[in-house]
Amino acid sequence: MAEVEETGKLMFADLSDVSISGDIPVQGEINVPVGTPSQDKEYSTLDEPVKDTILRDLKAVGKKFVHVMYPKKSSALLRDWDLWGPLLLCVTLALMLQGGSVDRKDDGGPQFAEVFVIIWFGSVIITLNSKLLGGTISFFQSLCVLGYCIMPLTVAMVVCRLVLLGGSWGFSFIVRLIVVTASFSWSTFASTAFLADSQPPNRKALVVYPVFLFYFVIGWMILTFSPSA
Amino acid sequence: MAANSDFLLQFQEFDSSESHLGGIGDATTISIEDTAAGSHNPQKQRRSAPVTSFEEDNDPLANDDKTELLSGQKKSAPFWTFEYYQRFFDVETHQVRRRILGSLLPWPGKNFVHLYIHNNPDLYGPFWICATLVFVIAICGNISDFLVFLGEPQYKYVPEFRKVTIAATAIYSYAWLVPLALWGLLVWRNSKVMNVVSYSFLEIVCVYGYSLAVYIPAVVLWIIPYEAVRWLSIVVALCLSGSVLVLTFWPAVRDDQPRVAIAIMTAVVALHVLLAFGCKAYFFSTLEVKHTAVDAVAGHGTKSPPTTKIQ
Repeated sequence: MAEVEETGKLMFADLSDVSISGDIPVQGEINVPVGTPSQDKEYSTLDEPVKDTILRDLKAVGKKFVHVMYPKKSSALLRDWDLWGPLLLCVTLALMLQGGSVDRKDDGGPQFAEVFVIIWFGSVIITLNSKLLGGTISFFQSLCVLGYCIMPLTVAMVVCRLVLLGGSWGFSFIVRLIVVTASFSWSTFASTAFLADSQPPNRKALVVYPVFLFYFVIGWMILTFSPSA
Repeated sequence: MAANSDFLLQFQEFDSSESHLGGIGDATTISIEDTAAGSHNPQKQRRSAPVTSFEEDNDPLANDDKTELLSGQKKSAPFWTFEYYQRFFDVETHQVRRRILGSLLPWPGKNFVHLYIHNNPDLYGPFWICATLVFVIAICGNISDFLVFLGEPQYKYVPEFRKVTIAATAIYSYAWLVPLALWGLLVWRNSKVMNVVSYSFLEIVCVYGYSLAVYIPAVVLWIIPYEAVRWLSIVVALCLSGSVLVLTFWPAVRDDQPRVAIAIMTAVVALHVLLAFGCKAYFFSTLEVKHTAVDAVAGHGTKSPPTTKIQ
């Protein structure tokens, strides 16, 4: 202890002639940052009207539809994934594939449940495949992308229903074939544009092929849809 | 004394194991360390049993697979984790392409498992080849029905979607249950008779899965409604895929009693033939079926009695 005092005195030896006269008033401001309640108000959406909530979600879904129509390598689809859009598209597609031959006992077309199962089960299998091959995309992001890229095929279904009003065979078949082929390649291209970056480079074809098969089967279901006589 | 300790401390060059085991006839020598020494491989090939892993001296890309395998560690994770299943998808595009081409062009003496699988069986190929085959059969069956019945007023085109589920059940149970049964059978025979070659379950699944790949172009050819074309394509497809299976499994059973070996090979080939002809008969109608159907609908027989034989 005495040694400490000694060294302390030695250290401060050259300061010994500095004198502090009186109390020096300390001036300044002290600001304590308080968590402002206004920040919380931005994130808490409980108090807003329901219309705002629904419109916000619809706008997000609509923005993603626009992204699918003009596929660029943007990460908006991946970052804010949601499954509303895929659900909407899947239900629309399955309902529109139902209108054929309702009066016959065995219409032969896919039932609502079959279309639903094919789309969702197919998306899950493709996502699992991509993750098992070493992809870095998350499960729901991949489901989101695959579901949103069904949109061109849903548009093609609407067009086919309209074309079928004018007859089933001949010219209408050629038109339907062209429309379905174009929308199926558009779907595949759009989903590849979004998914391509998350795959290991020498396995890209292994990941893209199941996506191609998936949209090909959906396109086939749309093309072979035959309405009731 | 110093000399002794020097002798002990110096690095001793030991002869390679081949010279030690040279007296033993059919010993398979596998050395892990000299993957880069291509000169050793032909020696081993000549000396050891004909069925080894080193038959690919004529395949320049095979050494890439071997070095990748032997240099990287195979982590074994418990089976309830995701990483466990990632082991079975450890293939790349060029490997899958080579395996499919290898199953399309079998050659006597080239064992599919040893040449292409290299102890790296994958589940990607079998699963997606079966999925493709299911949808191709359903779609082409539909198209061929349409072409056969083209112009018939009584025929209404329906996309027969339930055939997809039937095709899926048939093909997936063939591609996964038959390998299970075969593997069980081979393990049982292995316990009685010592076989040189034995396959793991996943390798058998791989062989069956990739052997179905040749059916995809064959099924597409079945759209053409002429019987000659269909028979030709089914015979060619059966020969190619059947020979892949036979060439793979013959080394595993030939050391067994001849009756058992012949029985197993016959069963393998018979199931394969059954699958091919069953698919063709169920999913693809023929012109004769059309005539019987049309006559039945018309109510009265025409000039000749309707043929009841369905090809």
